Amino acid sequence: MVFTIADKTFSSRLFSGTGKFADPSLMTDAILASGTELVTMAMKRVDLNKSDDDILSPLVKAGVHLLPNTSGACTAEEAVFAARLAREALGTHWVKLEIHPDPKYLMPDPIETLKAAEQLVKEGFVVLPYVHADPVLCKRLELVGCQAVMPLGAPIGSNKGLKTRDFLEIIIEQANVPVIVDAGIGAPSHAAEAMELGADAVLVNTAIAVSAQPVVMAKAFKQAVEAGRMAYEAGLAATSVHANASSPLTAFLDEIESVSVD
Amino acid sequence: MTGSEASFAQHLSGYHWDDIKLSFGAKTAADVERALSRSANQTRLDLNDFMALISPAAEPYLEQMAQRSLQLTQQRFGKTIQLYVPLYLSNLCSNICTYCGFSMHNAIRRKTLDMVELDAEIAAIKQLGFDHILLVTGESERKVGMEYFRQAVPKIRENFSHVSMEVQPLSTQEYQELKDMGVDSILVYQETYSRQTYAEHHLKGKKNDFDWRLATPERLGQVGMNKVGIGALIGLDDWRVDCFMVAAHLQYLEKRFWQTRYSISFPRLRPCTGGLEPKSVMTDRQLVQLICAYRMFNPELELSLSTRESAAFRDHALPLGITSMSAYSRTQPGGYAEAEPALEQFSISDERHPKYVAQAIVERGYQPVWTDWQPAYGRSAIE
Ligand code: SF4
Repeated sequence: MVFTIADKTFSSRLFSGTGKFADPSLMTDAILASGTELVTMAMKRVDLNKSDDDILSPLVKAGVHLLPNTSGACTAEEAVFAARLAREALGTHWVKLEIHPDPKYLMPDPIETLKAAEQLVKEGFVVLPYVHADPVLCKRLELVGCQAVMPLGAPIGSNKGLKTRDFLEIIIEQANVPVIVDAGIGAPSHAAEAMELGADAVLVNTAIAVSAQPVVMAKAFKQAVEAGRMAYEAGLAATSVHANASSPLTAFLDEIESVSVD
Repeated sequence: MTGSEASFAQHLSGYHWDDIKLSFGAKTAADVERALSRSANQTRLDLNDFMALISPAAEPYLEQMAQRSLQLTQQRFGKTIQLYVPLYLSNLCSNICTYCGFSMHNAIRRKTLDMVELDAEIAAIKQLGFDHILLVTGESERKVGMEYFRQAVPKIRENFSHVSMEVQPLSTQEYQELKDMGVDSILVYQETYSRQTYAEHHLKGKKNDFDWRLATPERLGQVGMNKVGIGALIGLDDWRVDCFMVAAHLQYLEKRFWQTRYSISFPRLRPCTGGLEPKSVMTDRQLVQLICAYRMFNPELELSLSTRESAAFRDHALPLGITSMSAYSRTQPGGYAEAEPALEQFSISDERHPKYVAQAIVERGYQPVWTDWQPAYGRSAIE
């Protein structure tokens, strides 16, 4: 069940985040329970003047990889800046590229994202862009050298599930890089659905962080992702598209044929 | 000019204060229930729903509103509370406002921090752990104007991730300059949206220009200020009508300046030198109702609670929709490095050290967040 992004191999297909948790120790426990090996963290939350990072150190100790994100950036220029900052501060050349100039729905800006992705790839970053579920854009990002794409399932934090399902299917069908469904996944069943569709991984933050029992919820997501992936690999049974009509529309052909034989 | 480009002043003239006041009385339980169920279905609420939620008819539904508001806030912001602190640069003011301790006619000692004092103040605040700062000035354009800011802001910028400012309304050009110097957000409260009441309380100085103040958020939107804070001073006139106007103003601004973040705060009139009795008293219960109504109306809005409110109220209200809080505010210039209570703008209610405010936040099951911004965001030229 392992899969690879750039030069890293993951055995868990559930990615998680560090934001929105009530406290850092609960966050660590939930992340450990989820089995996640890659967690995103917002560069805007990192106080570069302080060394007491109660969020970072337990995660690093647990062997989890950090995926800094550029959340807060409204332009390509700002995102590139944040990525460079992250590389220096956290010692990783991986970045989740997030550019949303719209503070209300946090919709990713496709034009700035493509611009920034191109630049960051040139600078040697492993770029995982957060984008709308736009198949053409995903192909364009792949072409400029992104190592995965992260289309949204529904508006970020909305917990509405896979509202973009039809487009996710196209993206998955066409992709040569891993597809990680990000945003909108609010329940384990949504995560399972994304995995059944053939997504390579899902990213879940809000639904775990703000659950009444984040650790239990993290486990639920872990199992849902595993179940979904297993189902995808086993091959889902086809749903029957033809109803068996009681008087078939083509039966007359048999009648005509038998008449003409006589 | 097309309809969408009309100023908010033009919109405001379409609202009639007394009619709106009457509409609150006409809201029924059915209106409130409709708003509640729309919110539960994740439908966006309109101004009519908001009106129902802050009307007297919604009072029996307070618990339901609080539950929904808590849910929406956690969904968007998680279990976190941002912490910030105000830094008073000066208490000089060339206006007379009936409700304010800095008012020109009050015989208090005036002080503007010089650059050495500012350094001391910054150092004292850093010691407290803050990384987000709110600069507060009186309104003295001559002595504490752009000239002064050109010296002070870059100093502050170096020390804090996020810089907000409460400053007299400035021109578009001046806002552009502040933004380029490193200011991330500007807060300008209209005080009251009633022209008549506004005139009664702003007796002298440039502040009595209602329209100049009203159009301030639009000038901020034009320069692409990252965040804009609006609000009414609760108590000058009927709080329901004023808060309805704030919501209408917000809706107008969000449509026009969609890249700007917005915050609202709800200062209630506090005792001060030359104190003023509020015309409309808002109870704690009503303040909670208002917070929940704003949250349900706009799930993305940043809602801020200052130290004007008591520690007990703040601790209990924080999960109900609040996203940021100040702590340990000193409302006199130089108050952190060297306390001189005689200079303060108003007396604060929650006096706790930030350590204890943070602890109280943790005890409520929330994470106090000190840093949530990159200082390079929003600047026009990033190296
Ligand atoms: S409210 Fe502002 S303008 Fe009015 S007196 Fe106070 S500081 Fe001056």
